[in-house]
Amino acid sequence: MVATPAHLRRSAAALGNDEVLRIRNDFPILQQHVNGKPLVYLDSGATSQNPLSVLEAEQEFYERRNSAVHRGAHHLAVEATEVFENARETVADFIGAEWDELIWTSNATEGLNLLTYSFLNASLPGATPDAARFALGPGDELVVTEMEHHANLIPWQELAARTGAVLKFIPIDDAGALDLEAAAGIIGPRTRVLAFTHASNVLGTINPVPALVALARSAGALVVLDACQSAPHLPLDVKALDVDFAVFSGHKMLAPTGIGALYGRSELLNAMPPFLTGGSMITTVTMERAGFLPSPQRFEAGTQRISQAVALAAAVNYLSETGIDRIHAWEAELGQRLVQGLGSIPGIRVLGPAAGEERIGLAAFDVAGVHAHDVGQFLDSRGIAVRVGHHCAQPLHRRLGLTATTRASTYLYNTTDDVDAFLNAVADVRAYFQA
Amino acid sequence: MSLDQLYQQIILEHSKARHGSGLAAAEAPAGASSGQSHQLNPTCGDEITVRVSVAGGKVSELRWEGDGCSISMASASVLTDLAEGMTVEELRAVIDSFREVLRSRGKMAADPELLGDAAAFEGVSRYAARVKCAMLSWVAAEDALGKALAA
Repeated sequence: MVATPAHLRRSAAALGNDEVLRIRNDFPILQQHVNGKPLVYLDSGATSQNPLSVLEAEQEFYERRNSAVHRGAHHLAVEATEVFENARETVADFIGAEWDELIWTSNATEGLNLLTYSFLNASLPGATPDAARFALGPGDELVVTEMEHHANLIPWQELAARTGAVLKFIPIDDAGALDLEAAAGIIGPRTRVLAFTHASNVLGTINPVPALVALARSAGALVVLDACQSAPHLPLDVKALDVDFAVFSGHKMLAPTGIGALYGRSELLNAMPPFLTGGSMITTVTMERAGFLPSPQRFEAGTQRISQAVALAAAVNYLSETGIDRIHAWEAELGQRLVQGLGSIPGIRVLGPAAGEERIGLAAFDVAGVHAHDVGQFLDSRGIAVRVGHHCAQPLHRRLGLTATTRASTYLYNTTDDVDAFLNAVADVRAYFQA
Repeated sequence: MSLDQLYQQIILEHSKARHGSGLAAAEAPAGASSGQSHQLNPTCGDEITVRVSVAGGKVSELRWEGDGCSISMASASVLTDLAEGMTVEELRAVIDSFREVLRSRGKMAADPELLGDAAAFEGVSRYAARVKCAMLSWVAAEDALGKALAA
């Protein structure tokens, strides 16, 4: 067994099993049995569960305040607008942003597409002079990493294909760490955008944001941070990290599906061309043209996801009241327990950082002689929910010589018993499949 | 439904034996008309290439190359044993029957007379997420057969 380094050892601030058991009472879905066994939910990296306070916030909105926002002078419209904008402030505050720097999206995927389509619009004839700084063409380069989720890869591929820009990537080493020496050679004067994930949804690595931001700054490139696996799990301060944009999804942080957010520095957002156009985002409209409001309305055309925004704010309040730093510390412990436990089972190859090295509370792994789908099916028969497949990261899997892996991902409602039930089941997989 | 009803012994055995696997190593048989089809399950990345060769109205050979879960690999192996020697019409009837059972969500029993070892996949129809795994090679074979006949 590898000794846990001092900085990862249990801090007094971390949650503990007793507190987690109390937390679990807030999550009705976790109280059930699956296939005759108590549900062990280890798929929060894909989507998380909702506490009662979040479910109630959404229901309360519909029971008492449902109305269109930013229009109408009646009581409900005023109340709906107020809770909607309060929700924005709550979520913005949670990531260290100002209220007008937080744009509601459906999810992180839409946030990234909003950016790439806005940059595409800036590259087309007729773009305003303000937008020129985002225009791309031949000779420009976009840089991502080899570990990206498809959501932070394909939009950039499409943007490159449509503008003539070139898409480059920072490679990873066999342990799954970014090759920073290579990055220093790849990021240069032609680089216009550097987009990378804060924490890998497969490897569990936390990427060195300051080092990457420094490279981008010296090249004059914009920095886009995929915070899908960080915003829900660790303290995130977009200003301290000095990124230009960040995206995350509500459903991975105790909120319902259909809501996420894009953070952008206000000066940039107000110069960017809109992505979607239509109602609610305009100043004056004639039959020929329209003027656009500043951020955030500039990027929020049409009736918004009001109840989901309210629910996301309730989720953020739940995380804040529990303490995101304490959640992070607890999940770091669970992550170590996962890696150490998996490492002691013959035939298991864990991806990403070794035991004892920093990782978020998830672990993806390969089982020798057993396909990930079969592993997942076996675990399901014991009531254990995990993710199987390529986790929307085909290039990363290909780089590691795999097509599919199994991933267990924890959250604030997982106990060490959950992890141990999972480890005990994994230990039986190869015998069952005669591998 | 228990896990053992899904993973019947015959499925676990075929997932290891992989009859018919090794397409790359074998040339298409001379004197037969061959067709080939590549199928992908984008949700999990499983993929398979199946080559069907037809001579004198019968399937003279079925070979495949693939990477996937035990259900998809066993299914291709069982299909190989069944298909070789069948007439084109017999193979089509078996594929249709297999598809019907697999899509029945557990409501239809497999006919062991018609499906032979493939009847063991009956239980898969209760696992919506796994139906594609079992169907992958059969869809490829159907497509490859069409190509062989058109060649």
